[in-house]
Amino acid sequence: MIICLVIVIALPFILGIGLYFKSTLLLKDHTLIDLLTTSDWKPLSGKFGFLTFIISSLWVTFIALVIAGPICLLTTIHLTQYADKWVLKIMHPVIDILAGIPSVIYGVWGILVVVPFISKYAGPFFGRDVSGYSILAGGIVLSIMIMPFILNILIEVFNTIPSELKEASLSLGASKWQTIKHILVRKAFPGIISAFGLGVSRAFGETIAVLMVVGNVTKIPKGVFQPGYPLPALIANNYGEMLSIPLYDSALMLAALILFVVVLLFNMASRLAIIRVEKYK
Amino acid sequence: MGIRLRKAEEKFFRVIMFISSLIIALTLLIIIFSILYKGLPSLSWDMIFKTPKGGFYYGKEGGVLNAIIGSLYLSFGSTFLAFILGLPLALYMNIHLVKRRKLVNAIRFLLDLSWGIPSIVYGAFGFTLMIYLGMKTSLLAGIITVTLFILPIMVRAIDEVVKTVPGGLLESALSLGSTRSETAYRIFFKQCVPGIITAILLSFGRGIGDAASVLFTTGYTDYIPTSLLQPTATLPLSIFFQLSSPIPEVQNRAYASAVILVVIILIISILSRLFTKKYQKNQINF
Repeated sequence: MIICLVIVIALPFILGIGLYFKSTLLLKDHTLIDLLTTSDWKPLSGKFGFLTFIISSLWVTFIALVIAGPICLLTTIHLTQYADKWVLKIMHPVIDILAGIPSVIYGVWGILVVVPFISKYAGPFFGRDVSGYSILAGGIVLSIMIMPFILNILIEVFNTIPSELKEASLSLGASKWQTIKHILVRKAFPGIISAFGLGVSRAFGETIAVLMVVGNVTKIPKGVFQPGYPLPALIANNYGEMLSIPLYDSALMLAALILFVVVLLFNMASRLAIIRVEKYK
Repeated sequence: MGIRLRKAEEKFFRVIMFISSLIIALTLLIIIFSILYKGLPSLSWDMIFKTPKGGFYYGKEGGVLNAIIGSLYLSFGSTFLAFILGLPLALYMNIHLVKRRKLVNAIRFLLDLSWGIPSIVYGAFGFTLMIYLGMKTSLLAGIITVTLFILPIMVRAIDEVVKTVPGGLLESALSLGSTRSETAYRIFFKQCVPGIITAILLSFGRGIGDAASVLFTTGYTDYIPTSLLQPTATLPLSIFFQLSSPIPEVQNRAYASAVILVVIILIISILSRLFTKKYQKNQINF
């Protein structure tokens, strides 16, 4: 039992240390700042600039959050404050199934529906001739993948708000909507921010689905209709060649380490904030 | 603000809120419908019951049985391992460490963090571990990687179930003279069986659906593995590879394979729903 405990507790640390050791080879003759701020990616001639991938990742994550955030917040308020029993009965399994669908299926769906939609309707609407494999497609697919995740946390956050608060506000003559707008949302605000933070960390690390629709072109994207190349996709796409060039191998492990650190920091901050919110219960 | 305007504002937001709930429900329908619509016409018994024959990826005959079986082997193996490691830990946290709230909360926090680490990072780490141990891409390497990936999910899911057992049960069992371990495995375990099955199904679903964590470690083969040391195909990767083929017929098979995966996931989801229902019925209420 103690062994299991040690394994589980040590898991994140071992993961980080393992990846760090693999990436020291690259860090020996490149500075971290250099690697993160240049966009020159030519592994065969020893140039490893991660900027393109980092910017693509940020773009995709940002779009996912912009789409998923408001929808999740509104749905949560609807489900926790207004909804009838039958709505909950429908939405509960819907959220669960959405959370359980494998990411490769989201990718297939993206190729079937989202990519053609962008190339046929959204692109021409803005006067662009695009293939559809783009940052926008990645963001849309991702937004749906993180929705069940954000929703579950938001619902929990809203359910922990003490009902006395609501009663007090209502008894002072505020309408239900005023109570929600001024009291509940304000009270839940730190929780809402952390739920979004966890959504962001989820989105930042998602691999296969995004890889399938985002286009994977090694160029800094200038707009949402252009293809991008996020960090996870970089790691996943090159696994076949890794063994042959040690420096390349090391660079991809560094990419994994960057991903690990970013996600971990976001996760930690959000979880700590949520724990504080739940203490008020 | 006039009362009428206030009423209008509330009504407006109620409509928007209803619409956003509707969007979420409709999205699920659209996803499942579009996969079925595209995949069902190409789905045949051959797809399910045959392994790829020569030239499968150029549109010749065969199916994805290798990937289906490979995925099942992989997720059964890793779910079993994660269960063996995870169940004692979850019970230990709730029974032996019940007084040490801070420690248990710290463990939960670390587990939640591990849950949040992207599966591709587990994949890259599993690959490093595999090289370090001198292993080749194989079913075993995949099982180890996926076990690490689903272990936090397993422990936290069981933990959530065990947490709901009323504290009085622990006290009365101990006061009757049973040891903590007896209480854990004879009483708490039995009380939580349906919930634990749900946790297992959840981890199993994660394991069978994830592609990124096994990308580096399982390798890929057209054959059904006969030992732990052979490489194996998985369903998500099979879908991914078929879809990247330029030949339309092979792409259609990817959609058919996607239907197979969706059906497996839906079955798991329905089963765990049934068990959750049963769990609520069997629970002792104080």
